[in-house]
Amino acid sequence: MPKPKVPGLLKGLGVTFSTLVRTATDGAATVQYPHEKETPPIRARGVIALHEGNCTSCMLCSRSCPDWCIYIEGHKELAPPRRAGGAPRKVNKLDRFDIDYALCMYCGICVEVCPFDALFWSPEYEYSEPRIADLLHDKSKLGEWMETVPEAPDLEVGADKKGKK
Amino acid sequence: MTMLGDRQQLSYIAAQAADARVNVELETEGMTLNIGPQHPATHGTLRIVARLDGEQVVWAEPVAGYMHRGYEKLTEVRTFPQVTALINRIDWLGSFANEVPFILAAEKLMGVEAPPRAQHIRTILFELSRIANVSLFLGDLGVQLGAVTPVFFAFRDREYVLNLIEAATGGRFHPNFDRIGGLKDDLPAGFIDETRTVMVKLRRFCDEIESLLFGNEIFQSRTRGVGVIPRDVALSYGLSGANLRASGVEWDLRRDQDLPMAWNKADWKVWTHPDGDSFARCWVRLQEVRESTKIVDQLLDTIPAGPVMTKVPKIIKVPEGEAWVSTENPLGEMGYYVVSKGDLGPFRVKIRSASFNNISIVPWVLRGVYVPDIITILASLYFILGDIDR
Amino acid sequence: MVGVELAYWAESLLRVLGGLVAVLLPAGTVVYLFLFKMMSFMQSRLGPMEAGPYGSLQLFAEVGKWLQKEDIVPTNAQPEARIFKIAPLVVLASTFLLVAVVPFGPDAWFTDFDGGIFYALAVSSVSVLGILIAGWSSANKYSLLGGLRAAGQLIAYELPMVLAVIGVVIQAGTMNLQKIVVAQNAGEIFGWDGLGNPFLLTQFVGFLIFMIAVQAELTQTPFDMPIAESELVSGYMTEYSGFRFLIFFIGEFATAGVFSMIASVLFLGGWGVPFAWFGWTAIDDVDNWMNVVGPLILFTKMIIVVFFVMWVRFSYPRFREDQLQRFAWKVLIPISLANIMVTAVLKVAF
Repeated sequence: MPKPKVPGLLKGLGVTFSTLVRTATDGAATVQYPHEKETPPIRARGVIALHEGNCTSCMLCSRSCPDWCIYIEGHKELAPPRRAGGAPRKVNKLDRFDIDYALCMYCGICVEVCPFDALFWSPEYEYSEPRIADLLHDKSKLGEWMETVPEAPDLEVGADKKGKK
Repeated sequence: MTMLGDRQQLSYIAAQAADARVNVELETEGMTLNIGPQHPATHGTLRIVARLDGEQVVWAEPVAGYMHRGYEKLTEVRTFPQVTALINRIDWLGSFANEVPFILAAEKLMGVEAPPRAQHIRTILFELSRIANVSLFLGDLGVQLGAVTPVFFAFRDREYVLNLIEAATGGRFHPNFDRIGGLKDDLPAGFIDETRTVMVKLRRFCDEIESLLFGNEIFQSRTRGVGVIPRDVALSYGLSGANLRASGVEWDLRRDQDLPMAWNKADWKVWTHPDGDSFARCWVRLQEVRESTKIVDQLLDTIPAGPVMTKVPKIIKVPEGEAWVSTENPLGEMGYYVVSKGDLGPFRVKIRSASFNNISIVPWVLRGVYVPDIITILASLYFILGDIDR
Repeated sequence: MVGVELAYWAESLLRVLGGLVAVLLPAGTVVYLFLFKMMSFMQSRLGPMEAGPYGSLQLFAEVGKWLQKEDIVPTNAQPEARIFKIAPLVVLASTFLLVAVVPFGPDAWFTDFDGGIFYALAVSSVSVLGILIAGWSSANKYSLLGGLRAAGQLIAYELPMVLAVIGVVIQAGTMNLQKIVVAQNAGEIFGWDGLGNPFLLTQFVGFLIFMIAVQAELTQTPFDMPIAESELVSGYMTEYSGFRFLIFFIGEFATAGVFSMIASVLFLGGWGVPFAWFGWTAIDDVDNWMNVVGPLILFTKMIIVVFFVMWVRFSYPRFREDQLQRFAWKVLIPISLANIMVTAVLKVAF
């Protein structure tokens, strides 16, 4: 190699010093968290939101959860018939829908298996609690996350179909 | 002395003999040093029992199992989709790479194959997780050797890769994105451009690490000629991955196997190093990060259009049979031997994880080195505790 | 002399306060400026930002944290608890003894005696004693290894340090630190006195060896095997908690500051400015205001020297113990001996 060889010791000093200068001029790579926040990507698995109206308490999510952290209770109710004169319908009514975030592994299987589009991922992540028991979110709390659920992102070129959830 | 294997017995006797010798010559006695299970250098809870004579190691033995989580057993009571969420956590730094061999084994049993687009994206994510994993190794290497700065560079630049993985899969550490028959979803828009810029950053990171660590004379004097593993010893202990390639064995499952993945669509090189010492192992890994960025760049150009999922039934039942698939993971060869009895979940899964085999050489390679070299050799062997204990 | 007569107790009090300031202020500055800020910036982050503007009050938060913590003596160290507890104080005492001979201005000094540099090099080894005590009495294998490493290393590097200083002593013709400062500032380079004659120029090799030895003496990377957090957890400090760890910590960084002061006294002209600027020729001509400006100049020079010490610390990996010993005995000592010979020959020749 024609280039004169710089001793590795000096090169190392150069790297740290140039980073020092870069941090001083361009700013740090870190974010001062409570003051500034990074926006997680749309698909980020932050918290699970529940659209209660769609849930039929079919228990699919609860059964497919790898660590069984979803608790569902429901009962059947008679709803007024769709057409006049018809027989009253049997409807599953949701009594309890809890997700224990102290157990949840954020794998997303429940959202995927839900056949009625009742569960969604929201990228919201700030819900830590001083008490571990408070991490059990009930259905009203899970319902509140619904408004933070973003639209599904567009897909990269060459994708087969428009993205679903 | 009960219940010890022959080799252990021999090394125990050797240690006692060494003690006796030291006692006669210098009127000193040896010392047993327990490095771990809680120790800053074992990244996890590995324990190394080292018998010392001064600062020299007479005998050393790794004690694994402090973090055993029983994955092989857990998988028996899970369905196939649930298993991928679990096995993510074996090698937690390159978790997407854990899913791939299992999914490939299940696909082999079912006789399905992912569409070309899914294979491509799988390979890209596989290489991204390799980059995330090994770049953290490069930074961690600095810490093990006493340099504080490289690890921050590593965390800084790994962050970009993790952001990519999160944008595509939704999970930073545990993607759970691979499905039998394809992928959960397609890539989000903008992923390709973003990945290209990140690959440029990662190549710069490699250059920085090279001038900060690899070119440093102190680093070289600490690693060159230390912990030499000759070729035949490496082969007989079943090392894999960069540890084997650093001993001069040109062996890479990405190239040598015919898997439904896209590695053969890119032009890349298998790096080897003839020395087999700590420096060689670290250097080979550095080159592999560079090579992986190249693979990703090439694959981004050639992603075919099409679906990312073949037709598979909604409720997956894998037909009866047995399959073994292993891939070249960031840490080495990782394979799953899946036995299915036609149920929702596997009947038995044997996980061959790279680190467990890689640390089996520890007693051999640590004999006669100094205490600081224990740390550099362990760092250069590069294990992840989850990968040892599963 | 300053025309103020003070009672003995007042003078003693002043000295004690001055000593505290001279030890704690450099320590605080070094920790904040370099350990918090420079290190962070070199790693693309900002460091502490919350306590005070730009985290400037972080030090007080840290000190408060350490003071709150329990003072733990490990069970196995209980029989020797007194010795275990006294070790950090011995280390810190060495720093205080060291600062006693540093001249801060023409009249601003704690003591001024002719064996100054000899004394400084002697008392700097007292810290080895404290470290050895700490390592041994902790009843911990890591501490023991760390303490023994520290002892071996500090003794090995004492020698090049002394030998590097001898060059300066030969050139200045005195071991009195005050006179070394004067000799540099009143000196001239080939008849040109605009810069004085800082020994950095003539004793560059000596300066390099001295700084390497200081790096080892301070147990900073690349010579930080006694602490070696990735191997020995924290070396001889492993078992210490609360304010005893704080004392070790202060001792470490105060010694960094004080050694840098000594380095700037020996090689960079200390508190002085080139005397020719103001037409002074000897120490008696120096105006009284130098007693205020002098410490500031010394402080600035100290910061510059510590910058290099810390820059190396944050960039390099560490040596192995045997490599360190080899480096000291086979490289540094021969070079410094050669340096002494060349200096002596030139001294006689000119």
